[in-house]
Amino acid sequence: MAEKEQLIIESGEASQPFKYAVGMYGSKYFTEVRDNKRIMGVKCPKCGKVYIPPRGVCGSCFVEMKEWVEVGPKGVIGTFTILRFAFIDPETGHQKPVPYGYGFIKLDGADTLMQHYINLDDESKVKIGARVEAVFAQERKGSTRDIEYFKVIE
Amino acid sequence: MDRAAIIGVGMTKIEKSKVRETFADMAWEAVNKALADAGMSIDDIDNVVTTSSDFWDGRTISCMAVGDASGAADKNTSCVEGDGTYGAFYGYTRALSGSYKTTLVTGHSKGSQCISSLITNASFDPICERGLGMDMITACAMQANAYMNRTGLRPEDMAMVSVKNHGNALKNPMAQLPMNITVSDVIKSEMIADPLHKLDCSPVSDGCCAVIIAHESVATKFKQKPVWIRGLSLCTDSFFFGDRDLARSNALVEAAKNAYKMAGIKDPKKEIDIVELYDAFTYQELLWLEEMGLADYGKAAKLLEAGEFNINGPLPVNPSGGLLSGHPVIAAGLYRIAEVVMQLRGDAGEHQVKKAKTGIAHGVNGLCGQSHCVWILDKER
Repeated sequence: MAEKEQLIIESGEASQPFKYAVGMYGSKYFTEVRDNKRIMGVKCPKCGKVYIPPRGVCGSCFVEMKEWVEVGPKGVIGTFTILRFAFIDPETGHQKPVPYGYGFIKLDGADTLMQHYINLDDESKVKIGARVEAVFAQERKGSTRDIEYFKVIE
Repeated sequence: MDRAAIIGVGMTKIEKSKVRETFADMAWEAVNKALADAGMSIDDIDNVVTTSSDFWDGRTISCMAVGDASGAADKNTSCVEGDGTYGAFYGYTRALSGSYKTTLVTGHSKGSQCISSLITNASFDPICERGLGMDMITACAMQANAYMNRTGLRPEDMAMVSVKNHGNALKNPMAQLPMNITVSDVIKSEMIADPLHKLDCSPVSDGCCAVIIAHESVATKFKQKPVWIRGLSLCTDSFFFGDRDLARSNALVEAAKNAYKMAGIKDPKKEIDIVELYDAFTYQELLWLEEMGLADYGKAAKLLEAGEFNINGPLPVNPSGGLLSGHPVIAAGLYRIAEVVMQLRGDAGEHQVKKAKTGIAHGVNGLCGQSHCVWILDKER
């Protein structure tokens, strides 16, 4: 063999911190969940679709949305998966314990689906179409995690 | 409308980790192979489009790192972030503009250098979604469940795609994962995210692909037989996954419809001879075939079972082994174009299909088929 090869250098602890503007729609959404445990969507004045998460523009109609509508906190599972393989949690940089459930939830009163965790206390009940309800965190800080997860009801 | 053709292709072998190569090293290999294939020198290329992603490459303006090795020095060069088919789309429009004659398009990525789940997680909305940690596999697992729920597709049906594509890769020297496996091997492989087993998922890969697009006025000037671009279209669905019907892909229906229209194709089931599509996961091959109109919705698995999509069947799909046998993100769609070009020229070697006059190459940008690019390529002008 020839001399030892050096093939890699590592980025180490380097990171790219970022401050994302949540906009006035995001601000209202987060404060309503944090302070009142209310999930708010916005309604398109043209097609009548209620969007969650709220945003300024209905993409299909290309019009601005200003009407706030409370949705949930109950809904149905639109689709789901159960993670069996540990991925790295982008918030902590550590692996999350498996298994855990993810789903797209169609909240009552909303026309689009919301992404969140699904509690797996009884895996057999986690199915497309199952009724679920949001479980709010005790201590809410104004982030997606103010809803802890959705649990199957009924 | 003016016409354009693909007159040269080059690809590196797709590998799990090209640890001895930088991005530029991979580009150098693919570009020189494409030039040799076309019978051109770098001086015959009048402009360059590179395709890459800053997140995947771990640096800003990632395209600049491959410029020299792609022969872009002192040329008009531009970068597309997205799948390679989108870079090639840009290359095609440059040919049609009348200002460019020969466009070199490259696409590269090295999944081996990063934590791919963090990169794909970063494609989600940072305000309401990213912090939940969803990535490409979890999102696609949910799409698979939605599709299965709608159509009655079973895990065994999806597994057949893995068996076929890994089997096809046995004859493709560029493929990363040639494997002789059974449906039972797929079902018994580790469950990653219900309903996706490990062998339902494409691997993490490194690779670079290059194609040369020529305006019709110079398409026959060089040594290689031109493969003509007959139809081409792309279409994008909503950004938020929750806005979309995950069991369907309206963006692909639209892209395919427009590409067929441009190509004058009335009955794609009869007029398409070969397909290379973006099978990042097994179920996607079936769903994409259906949304492209090559099978009725929910019926592709039956056709697959009957051997319709086998390499020696009436409509070979992913004779190269597809993404399941090697998935260099960004480059993957460009590999599909290069593979179809080789098939139509009769140069695909061991995995050459029997009859191939007209083919589809398909690229995807974004998770779960957020955006689709459909190419109709033809041996004849």
